[in-house]
Amino acid sequence: MRRLFDEELDELDNGFTEMGILVSNVVQQSVDAFINHDRQAAQNIIDHDHDINEREIQLESKSFEIIALYQPVTTDLREVVTILKAVSDLERAGDHARNIAYSTIDVKGNTRVAEIETELAEMGQLTTKMVKQAIQAYVDKDEEAAKTLVEVNEQLTAFHDQILRASYDNIAKDTGVLIAAMNYNKVADDLIRIADYLINVGEWIVYLKTGQIVELKLMK
Amino acid sequence: MSAILETHDLHVYYGKKEALKGIDLSFNEGGITALIGPSGSSKSTYLRTLNRMNDLIPDVTVTGDTLFRGQNIYSPQIDLVTLRKEIGMVFQQPNPFPFSIYDNVAFGLKLAGNQNREYLDQVVETSLKQAAVWDEVKDHLHDSALSLSGGQQQRVCIARVLAVSPDIILLDEPTSALDPISSSQIESTLLKLRADYTIIIVTHNLQQASRIADRTAFFMNGEVVEIDETKKIFMNPAKKATEDYISGRFG
Repeated sequence: MRRLFDEELDELDNGFTEMGILVSNVVQQSVDAFINHDRQAAQNIIDHDHDINEREIQLESKSFEIIALYQPVTTDLREVVTILKAVSDLERAGDHARNIAYSTIDVKGNTRVAEIETELAEMGQLTTKMVKQAIQAYVDKDEEAAKTLVEVNEQLTAFHDQILRASYDNIAKDTGVLIAAMNYNKVADDLIRIADYLINVGEWIVYLKTGQIVELKLMK
Repeated sequence: MSAILETHDLHVYYGKKEALKGIDLSFNEGGITALIGPSGSSKSTYLRTLNRMNDLIPDVTVTGDTLFRGQNIYSPQIDLVTLRKEIGMVFQQPNPFPFSIYDNVAFGLKLAGNQNREYLDQVVETSLKQAAVWDEVKDHLHDSALSLSGGQQQRVCIARVLAVSPDIILLDEPTSALDPISSSQIESTLLKLRADYTIIIVTHNLQQASRIADRTAFFMNGEVVEIDETKKIFMNPAKKATEDYISGRFG
Protein backbone atom coordinates (compact mmCIF):
# COMPACT_ATOMS: atom_id res chain seq x y z
CA MET A 1 0.00 0.00 0.00
CA ARG A 2 1.36 3.39 -1.02
CA ARG A 3 1.01 5.76 1.92
CA LEU A 4 0.90 9.53 1.99
CA PHE A 5 3.92 9.17 4.22
CA ASP A 6 5.88 7.49 1.40
CA GLU A 7 5.49 10.59 -0.76
CA GLU A 8 6.74 12.82 2.03
CA LEU A 9 9.64 10.48 2.61
CA ASP A 10 10.51 10.40 -1.10
CA GLU A 11 10.61 14.15 -1.13
CA LEU A 12 12.95 14.17 1.86
CA ASP A 13 15.08 11.43 0.36
CA ASN A 14 15.43 13.27 -2.97
CA GLY A 15 16.23 16.49 -1.13
CA PHE A 16 19.01 14.76 0.74
CA THR A 17 20.44 13.21 -2.42
CA GLU A 18 20.38 16.59 -4.15
CA MET A 19 22.19 18.16 -1.22
CA GLY A 20 24.74 15.33 -1.41
CA ILE A 21 25.38 16.08 -5.07
CA LEU A 22 25.66 19.78 -4.27
CA VAL A 23 28.28 19.11 -1.57
CA SER A 24 30.06 16.66 -3.83
CA ASN A 25 30.30 19.35 -6.54
CA VAL A 26 31.52 21.98 -4.09
CA VAL A 27 34.26 19.69 -2.79
CA GLN A 28 35.33 18.97 -6.36
CA GLN A 29 35.30 22.68 -7.25
CA SER A 30 37.23 23.68 -4.13
CA VAL A 31 39.95 21.14 -4.85
CA ASP A 32 40.13 22.20 -8.52
CA ALA A 33 40.26 25.87 -7.57
CA PHE A 34 43.10 25.24 -5.15
CA ILE A 35 45.11 23.19 -7.63
CA ASN A 36 44.51 25.64 -10.49
CA HIS A 37 45.15 28.68 -8.29
CA ASP A 38 41.74 29.89 -9.38
CA ARG A 39 40.86 32.72 -7.01
CA GLN A 40 37.68 33.53 -8.88
CA ALA A 41 36.30 30.01 -8.56
CA ALA A 42 37.25 30.04 -4.85
CA GLN A 43 35.37 33.29 -4.29
CA ASN A 44 32.39 31.78 -6.08
CA ILE A 45 32.37 28.85 -3.65
CA ILE A 46 32.50 31.20 -0.65
CA ASP A 47 29.66 33.29 -2.10
CA HIS A 48 27.47 30.22 -2.51
CA ASP A 49 28.17 28.49 0.80
CA HIS A 50 24.79 29.58 2.13
CA ASP A 51 23.08 27.41 -0.53
CA ILE A 52 24.22 24.32 1.35
CA ASN A 53 23.26 25.78 4.72
CA GLU A 54 19.78 26.60 3.44
CA ARG A 55 19.39 23.07 2.13
CA GLU A 56 20.29 21.76 5.56
CA ILE A 57 17.68 23.92 7.26
CA GLN A 58 15.02 22.93 4.71
CA LEU A 59 15.68 19.23 5.19
CA GLU A 60 15.76 19.57 8.98
CA SER A 61 12.44 21.42 9.02
CA LYS A 62 10.91 18.81 6.73
CA SER A 63 12.19 16.00 9.00
CA PHE A 64 10.72 17.64 12.12
CA GLU A 65 7.43 18.10 10.32
CA ILE A 66 7.32 14.45 9.23
CA ILE A 67 8.10 13.24 12.76
CA ALA A 68 5.40 15.46 14.26
CA LEU A 69 2.71 14.68 11.71
CA TYR A 70 3.32 11.01 10.93
CA GLN A 71 5.05 9.66 14.05
CA PRO A 72 7.06 7.18 11.99
CA VAL A 73 8.37 3.94 13.50
CA THR A 74 10.90 1.24 12.55
CA THR A 75 12.55 1.75 9.12
CA ASP A 76 10.40 4.82 8.46
CA LEU A 77 11.78 6.45 11.59
CA ARG A 78 15.31 5.37 10.73
CA GLU A 79 15.08 6.96 7.30
CA VAL A 80 14.04 10.28 8.78
CA VAL A 81 16.63 10.11 11.57
CA THR A 82 19.36 9.15 9.09
CA ILE A 83 18.65 12.21 7.01
CA LEU A 84 18.30 14.45 10.04
CA LYS A 85 21.73 13.40 11.30
CA ALA A 86 23.55 12.96 7.99
CA VAL A 87 22.39 16.33 6.70
CA SER A 88 24.49 18.02 9.41
CA ASP A 89 27.50 15.96 8.39
CA LEU A 90 27.07 17.01 4.77
CA GLU A 91 26.75 20.63 5.77
CA ARG A 92 29.95 20.45 7.82
CA ALA A 93 31.72 18.80 4.88
CA GLY A 94 30.55 21.76 2.79
CA ASP A 95 32.05 24.15 5.38
CA HIS A 96 35.45 22.53 4.93
CA ALA A 97 35.19 22.87 1.15
CA ARG A 98 34.58 26.58 1.79
CA ASN A 99 37.71 26.67 4.01
CA ILE A 100 39.72 25.25 1.12
CA ALA A 101 38.40 28.11 -0.99
CA TYR A 102 39.66 30.57 1.64
CA SER A 103 43.08 28.90 1.55
CA THR A 104 43.10 29.24 -2.24
CA ILE A 105 42.70 32.98 -1.85
CA ASP A 106 45.29 33.17 0.95
CA VAL A 107 47.97 31.26 -0.89
CA LYS A 108 47.66 33.13 -4.18
CA GLY A 109 50.80 35.14 -4.94
CA ASN A 110 53.05 33.25 -2.51
CA THR A 111 55.93 30.95 -3.33
CA ARG A 112 54.56 27.46 -3.85
CA VAL A 113 55.86 23.90 -3.75
CA ALA A 114 54.91 21.96 -6.87
CA GLU A 115 55.57 18.49 -5.45
CA ILE A 116 53.22 19.06 -2.48
CA GLU A 117 50.56 20.47 -4.76
CA THR A 118 50.70 17.31 -6.81
CA GLU A 119 50.11 15.28 -3.66
CA LEU A 120 47.27 17.59 -2.65
CA ALA A 121 45.71 17.24 -6.08
CA GLU A 122 45.71 13.49 -5.70
CA MET A 123 44.34 13.68 -2.17
CA GLY A 124 41.66 16.09 -3.40
CA GLN A 125 40.65 13.77 -6.23
CA LEU A 126 40.40 10.86 -3.83
CA THR A 127 38.26 12.88 -1.42
CA THR A 128 35.97 13.91 -4.25
CA LYS A 129 35.65 10.27 -5.22
CA MET A 130 34.83 9.41 -1.62
CA VAL A 131 32.03 11.99 -1.49
CA LYS A 132 30.50 10.51 -4.61
CA GLN A 133 30.88 7.01 -3.20
CA ALA A 134 29.11 8.03 0.03
CA ILE A 135 26.23 9.65 -1.83
CA GLN A 136 25.91 6.61 -4.09
CA ALA A 137 25.87 4.32 -1.04
CA TYR A 138 23.04 6.44 0.34
CA VAL A 139 21.09 6.37 -2.92
CA ASP A 140 21.52 2.58 -3.15
CA LYS A 141 20.92 2.19 0.62
CA ASP A 142 23.99 -0.05 0.50
CA GLU A 143 25.56 -0.53 3.92
CA GLU A 144 28.38 -2.70 2.55
CA ALA A 145 29.45 0.12 0.22
CA ALA A 146 29.16 2.51 3.18
CA LYS A 147 31.55 0.37 5.19
CA THR A 148 34.21 0.55 2.44
CA LEU A 149 34.46 4.32 2.96
CA VAL A 150 36.84 3.52 5.82
CA GLU A 151 39.39 2.14 3.36
CA VAL A 152 39.42 5.35 1.35
CA ASN A 153 39.76 7.23 4.61
CA GLU A 154 42.92 5.28 5.43
CA GLN A 155 44.47 6.23 2.10
CA LEU A 156 43.56 9.84 2.74
CA THR A 157 45.16 9.73 6.17
CA ALA A 158 48.38 8.51 4.57
CA PHE A 159 48.28 11.41 2.09
CA HIS A 160 47.57 13.84 4.91
CA ASP A 161 50.57 12.70 6.98
CA GLN A 162 52.83 12.81 3.95
CA ILE A 163 51.74 16.34 3.03
CA LEU A 164 52.28 17.59 6.57
CA ARG A 165 55.77 16.10 6.67
CA ALA A 166 56.66 17.52 3.25
CA SER A 167 55.39 20.95 4.30
CA TYR A 168 57.57 21.02 7.42
CA ASP A 169 60.59 19.80 5.46
CA ASN A 170 60.12 22.54 2.91
CA ILE A 171 59.68 25.23 5.55
CA ALA A 172 62.92 24.04 7.17
CA LYS A 173 64.71 24.39 3.86
CA ASP A 174 63.19 27.70 2.80
CA THR A 175 61.05 29.91 5.03
CA GLY A 176 59.82 31.65 1.89
CA VAL A 177 57.30 28.84 1.41
CA LEU A 178 55.86 29.33 4.89
CA ILE A 179 52.47 30.77 3.89
CA ALA A 180 51.94 28.25 1.10
CA ALA A 181 53.02 25.35 3.30
CA MET A 182 50.76 26.41 6.15
CA ASN A 183 47.87 26.48 3.71
CA TYR A 184 48.80 23.05 2.33
CA ASN A 185 48.48 21.74 5.85
CA LYS A 186 45.16 23.49 6.31
CA VAL A 187 43.80 22.06 3.06
CA ALA A 188 45.01 18.56 3.95
CA ASP A 189 43.29 18.97 7.34
CA ASP A 190 40.10 20.14 5.65
CA LEU A 191 40.13 17.16 3.31
CA ILE A 192 40.59 14.78 6.25
CA ARG A 193 37.71 16.44 8.08
CA ILE A 194 35.52 16.05 4.99
CA ALA A 195 36.43 12.35 4.95
CA ASP A 196 35.48 12.13 8.65
CA TYR A 197 32.04 13.54 7.95
CA LEU A 198 31.59 11.11 5.09
CA ILE A 199 32.42 8.25 7.45
CA ASN A 200 29.63 9.60 9.68
CA VAL A 201 27.27 9.57 6.70
CA GLY A 202 28.35 5.96 6.12
CA GLU A 203 27.56 5.14 9.75
CA TRP A 204 24.06 6.56 9.31
CA ILE A 205 23.57 4.40 6.21
CA VAL A 206 24.48 1.35 8.31
CA TYR A 207 21.99 2.53 10.96
CA LEU A 208 19.33 3.01 8.30
CA LYS A 209 19.72 -0.56 7.11
CA THR A 210 20.35 -2.36 10.39
CA GLY A 211 19.19 -0.18 13.27
CA GLN A 212 22.71 -0.45 14.74
CA ILE A 213 24.65 2.66 15.70
CA VAL A 214 28.24 1.81 14.80
CA GLU A 215 31.70 3.38 14.62
CA LEU A 216 32.98 2.33 11.24
CA LYS A 217 36.59 3.15 12.07
CA LEU A 218 36.47 0.81 15.07
CA MET A 219 34.95 -1.96 12.99
CA LYS A 220 38.05 -2.24 10.80
CA MET B 1 10.87 -16.40 36.92
CA SER B 2 7.88 -18.67 36.45
CA ALA B 3 4.91 -17.48 34.47
CA ILE B 4 1.75 -16.42 36.27
CA LEU B 5 -0.28 -17.06 33.15
CA GLU B 6 0.48 -19.07 30.05
CA THR B 7 -1.27 -20.58 27.09
CA HIS B 8 -0.06 -23.59 25.17
CA ASP B 9 -1.31 -24.43 21.71
CA LEU B 10 -4.50 -22.52 22.41
CA HIS B 11 -7.12 -22.88 19.69
CA VAL B 12 -10.51 -21.22 19.71
CA TYR B 13 -13.25 -22.07 17.22
CA TYR B 14 -16.44 -20.16 16.63
CA GLY B 15 -18.49 -23.00 15.19
CA LYS B 16 -16.19 -24.38 12.48
CA LYS B 17 -14.23 -21.19 12.06
CA GLU B 18 -10.82 -21.32 13.72
CA ALA B 19 -10.26 -17.93 15.35
CA LEU B 20 -7.08 -18.72 17.27
CA LYS B 21 -4.58 -21.10 15.70
CA GLY B 22 -2.42 -22.41 18.49
CA ILE B 23 -1.22 -19.57 20.67
CA ASP B 24 1.80 -20.10 22.91
CA LEU B 25 2.36 -17.11 25.13
CA SER B 26 3.43 -16.69 28.68
CA PHE B 27 3.18 -13.79 31.08
CA ASN B 28 5.40 -13.20 34.06
CA GLU B 29 4.13 -11.38 37.10
CA GLY B 30 3.89 -7.60 36.79
CA GLY B 31 4.35 -5.38 33.77
CA ILE B 32 2.17 -4.49 30.84
CA THR B 33 1.81 -6.58 27.70
CA ALA B 34 0.02 -4.99 24.76
CA LEU B 35 -1.75 -7.10 22.16
CA ILE B 36 -1.91 -5.34 18.81
CA GLY B 37 -3.06 -6.37 15.37
CA PRO B 38 -5.59 -5.59 12.67
CA SER B 39 -9.32 -5.99 13.25
CA GLY B 40 -10.24 -9.65 13.03
CA SER B 41 -6.80 -10.83 14.14
CA SER B 42 -8.46 -12.44 17.20
CA LYS B 43 -6.49 -10.55 19.82
CA SER B 44 -9.69 -9.78 21.76
CA THR B 45 -10.73 -13.41 21.44
CA TYR B 46 -7.41 -14.33 23.00
CA LEU B 47 -7.88 -11.82 25.82
CA ARG B 48 -11.38 -13.09 26.54
CA THR B 49 -10.12 -16.66 26.65
CA LEU B 50 -7.84 -15.72 29.54
CA ASN B 51 -10.72 -15.36 32.00
CA ARG B 52 -13.24 -17.48 30.14
CA MET B 53 -15.40 -14.64 28.90
CA ASN B 54 -15.82 -16.65 25.70
CA ASP B 55 -17.85 -19.18 27.69
CA LEU B 56 -20.76 -16.79 27.28
CA ILE B 57 -20.72 -17.09 23.48
CA PRO B 58 -22.61 -20.08 22.11
CA ASP B 59 -20.83 -22.58 19.87
CA VAL B 60 -17.32 -21.74 21.06
CA THR B 61 -14.74 -24.50 21.36
CA VAL B 62 -11.48 -23.94 23.21
CA THR B 63 -8.63 -26.46 23.02
CA GLY B 64 -5.11 -26.34 24.41
CA ASP B 65 -3.99 -25.24 27.86
CA THR B 66 -4.52 -21.96 29.65
CA LEU B 67 -2.64 -22.11 32.91
CA PHE B 68 -3.06 -19.60 35.72
CA ARG B 69 -0.43 -20.22 38.37
CA GLY B 70 0.03 -23.64 36.83
CA GLN B 71 -3.64 -24.60 36.99
CA ASN B 72 -5.74 -25.10 33.88
CA ILE B 73 -8.55 -22.54 34.05
CA TYR B 74 -10.74 -24.65 31.78
CA SER B 75 -10.73 -27.58 34.19
CA PRO B 76 -14.12 -28.43 35.74
CA GLN B 77 -12.87 -27.67 39.28
CA ILE B 78 -12.46 -24.00 38.46
CA ASP B 79 -14.96 -21.63 40.04
CA LEU B 80 -15.67 -18.93 37.50
CA VAL B 81 -16.46 -16.22 40.04
CA THR B 82 -13.15 -16.81 41.80
CA LEU B 83 -11.32 -16.96 38.47
CA ARG B 84 -12.72 -13.62 37.34
CA LYS B 85 -11.85 -12.12 40.70
CA GLU B 86 -8.23 -13.19 40.17
CA ILE B 87 -8.26 -12.21 36.51
CA GLY B 88 -10.38 -9.08 36.14
CA MET B 89 -11.44 -7.41 32.95
CA VAL B 90 -12.07 -3.84 31.83
CA PHE B 91 -14.02 -3.34 28.61
CA GLN B 92 -14.00 -0.89 25.73
CA GLN B 93 -17.17 0.91 26.80
CA PRO B 94 -17.14 2.01 30.43
CA ASN B 95 -19.83 -0.16 31.99
CA PRO B 96 -20.55 1.04 35.51
CA PHE B 97 -23.58 -0.52 37.17
CA PRO B 98 -26.48 1.88 37.65
CA PHE B 99 -25.55 2.30 41.31
CA SER B 100 -23.56 4.82 43.26
CA ILE B 101 -19.81 5.13 42.72
CA TYR B 102 -19.30 3.56 46.13
CA ASP B 103 -21.52 0.58 45.43
CA ASN B 104 -19.88 0.02 42.09
CA VAL B 105 -16.48 -0.34 43.65
CA ALA B 106 -17.75 -2.33 46.65
CA PHE B 107 -19.84 -4.62 44.44
CA GLY B 108 -17.42 -7.54 44.19
CA LEU B 109 -16.73 -7.53 47.90
CA LYS B 110 -20.39 -7.36 48.84
CA LEU B 111 -21.08 -10.18 46.40
CA ALA B 112 -18.48 -12.22 48.29
CA GLY B 113 -20.40 -11.53 51.49
CA ASN B 114 -18.34 -8.70 52.90
CA GLN B 115 -20.57 -6.34 54.87
CA ASN B 116 -18.04 -4.73 57.23
CA ARG B 117 -18.59 -1.02 56.57
CA GLU B 118 -15.19 0.09 57.78
CA TYR B 119 -13.42 -2.48 55.62
CA LEU B 120 -15.53 -1.61 52.59
CA ASP B 121 -14.87 2.12 53.08
CA GLN B 122 -11.19 1.47 53.18
CA VAL B 123 -11.11 -0.76 50.08
CA VAL B 124 -13.28 1.67 48.11
CA GLU B 125 -10.93 4.52 48.95
CA THR B 126 -7.76 2.56 48.20
CA SER B 127 -9.12 1.23 44.93
CA LEU B 128 -10.31 4.61 43.73
CA LYS B 129 -6.94 6.08 44.68
CA GLN B 130 -5.11 3.32 42.79
CA ALA B 131 -7.29 4.01 39.79
CA ALA B 132 -6.38 7.71 40.07
CA VAL B 133 -9.96 8.92 40.29
CA TRP B 134 -10.33 9.37 44.07
CA ASP B 135 -9.73 13.12 44.13
CA GLU B 136 -12.41 13.67 41.52
CA VAL B 137 -15.12 11.56 43.16
CA LYS B 138 -14.37 11.52 46.91
CA ASP B 139 -16.95 14.22 47.68
CA HIS B 140 -19.81 12.47 45.90
CA LEU B 141 -19.23 8.78 46.37
CA HIS B 142 -22.95 8.21 46.71
CA ASP B 143 -23.89 9.86 43.42
CA SER B 144 -24.69 7.57 40.54
CA ALA B 145 -21.62 6.34 38.68
CA LEU B 146 -23.50 7.11 35.49
CA SER B 147 -23.26 10.83 36.27
CA LEU B 148 -19.49 10.73 35.72
CA SER B 149 -17.66 11.48 32.47
CA GLY B 150 -16.62 8.54 30.29
CA GLY B 151 -13.01 8.76 31.47
CA GLN B 152 -14.05 8.87 35.12
CA GLN B 153 -16.45 5.96 34.59
CA GLN B 154 -13.68 3.91 33.08
CA ARG B 155 -11.38 4.60 36.02
CA VAL B 156 -14.21 3.66 38.40
CA CYS B 157 -14.50 0.40 36.44
CA ILE B 158 -10.77 -0.14 36.93
CA ALA B 159 -11.27 0.56 40.67
CA ARG B 160 -14.08 -1.99 40.69
CA VAL B 161 -11.67 -4.59 39.34
CA LEU B 162 -8.94 -3.58 41.77
CA ALA B 163 -11.26 -3.77 44.77
CA VAL B 164 -11.31 -7.57 44.64
CA SER B 165 -7.47 -7.68 44.54
CA PRO B 166 -6.92 -9.46 41.25
CA ASP B 167 -3.52 -10.73 40.13
CA ILE B 168 -4.13 -10.00 36.50
CA ILE B 169 -6.04 -7.19 34.80
CA LEU B 170 -7.22 -7.67 31.24
CA LEU B 171 -8.22 -4.56 29.32
CA ASP B 172 -9.98 -4.67 25.98
CA GLU B 173 -9.36 -1.35 24.22
CA PRO B 174 -10.09 0.55 27.43
CA THR B 175 -9.54 4.01 25.98
CA SER B 176 -10.96 3.76 22.49
CA ALA B 177 -14.19 5.45 23.59
CA LEU B 178 -12.35 8.19 25.50
CA ASP B 179 -10.92 11.60 24.65
CA PRO B 180 -7.12 12.06 24.68
CA ILE B 181 -6.98 13.58 28.19
CA SER B 182 -9.03 10.76 29.71
CA SER B 183 -6.98 8.24 27.75
CA SER B 184 -3.80 9.67 29.11
CA GLN B 185 -5.18 9.49 32.67
CA ILE B 186 -5.98 5.81 32.14
CA GLU B 187 -2.47 5.26 30.76
CA SER B 188 -0.90 6.93 33.82
CA THR B 189 -3.09 4.77 36.03
CA LEU B 190 -1.93 1.61 34.28
CA LEU B 191 1.70 2.68 34.53
CA LYS B 192 1.28 3.02 38.30
CA LEU B 193 -0.42 -0.38 38.53
CA ARG B 194 2.14 -2.26 36.46
CA ALA B 195 4.42 -2.80 39.47
CA ASP B 196 1.76 -4.72 41.39
CA TYR B 197 -0.43 -6.28 38.74
CA THR B 198 0.06 -8.23 35.57
CA ILE B 199 -1.65 -6.18 32.91
CA ILE B 200 -2.63 -7.37 29.45
CA ILE B 201 -4.18 -4.77 27.17
CA VAL B 202 -5.66 -5.03 23.70
CA THR B 203 -5.29 -1.72 21.92
CA HIS B 204 -5.70 -0.34 18.43
CA ASN B 205 -3.79 2.73 19.45
CA LEU B 206 -0.23 1.83 18.53
CA GLN B 207 1.21 4.89 20.24
CA GLN B 208 -0.55 3.78 23.39
CA ALA B 209 1.15 0.40 23.16
CA SER B 210 4.51 2.03 22.56
CA ARG B 211 4.02 4.45 25.45
CA ILE B 212 2.95 2.05 28.17
CA ALA B 213 3.70 -1.57 27.31
CA ASP B 214 6.80 -3.45 28.40
CA ARG B 215 6.13 -6.12 25.82
CA THR B 216 4.05 -6.06 22.68
CA ALA B 217 2.57 -9.03 20.84
CA PHE B 218 1.52 -8.65 17.22
CA PHE B 219 -1.49 -10.78 16.24
CA MET B 220 -2.53 -11.50 12.68
CA ASN B 221 -5.09 -14.00 11.35
CA GLY B 222 -5.39 -15.77 14.68
CA GLU B 223 -1.66 -16.20 15.19
CA VAL B 224 1.05 -14.40 17.10
CA VAL B 225 3.45 -13.15 14.47
CA GLU B 226 5.90 -11.73 16.96
CA ILE B 227 6.21 -10.86 20.63
CA ASP B 228 9.11 -8.90 22.02
CA GLU B 229 10.09 -5.91 24.11
CA THR B 230 7.98 -2.98 22.97
CA LYS B 231 11.08 -0.98 22.05
CA LYS B 232 12.26 -3.76 19.76
CA ILE B 233 8.84 -4.11 18.12
CA PHE B 234 8.60 -0.39 17.39
CA MET B 235 12.20 0.20 16.40
CA ASN B 236 13.41 -2.98 14.79
CA PRO B 237 10.85 -5.77 14.57
CA ALA B 238 12.05 -9.18 13.42
CA LYS B 239 9.15 -9.83 11.05
CA LYS B 240 8.24 -7.85 7.97
CA ALA B 241 4.51 -8.26 8.68
CA THR B 242 4.98 -6.57 12.05
CA GLU B 243 6.88 -3.73 10.49
CA ASP B 244 4.27 -3.29 7.74
CA TYR B 245 1.45 -3.22 10.26
CA ILE B 246 2.95 -0.79 12.73
CA SER B 247 4.14 1.56 10.01
CA GLY B 248 0.63 1.67 8.59
CA ARG B 249 1.21 -0.25 5.37
CA PHE B 250 -1.87 -2.36 6.09
CA GLY B 251 -4.47 -2.82 8.77
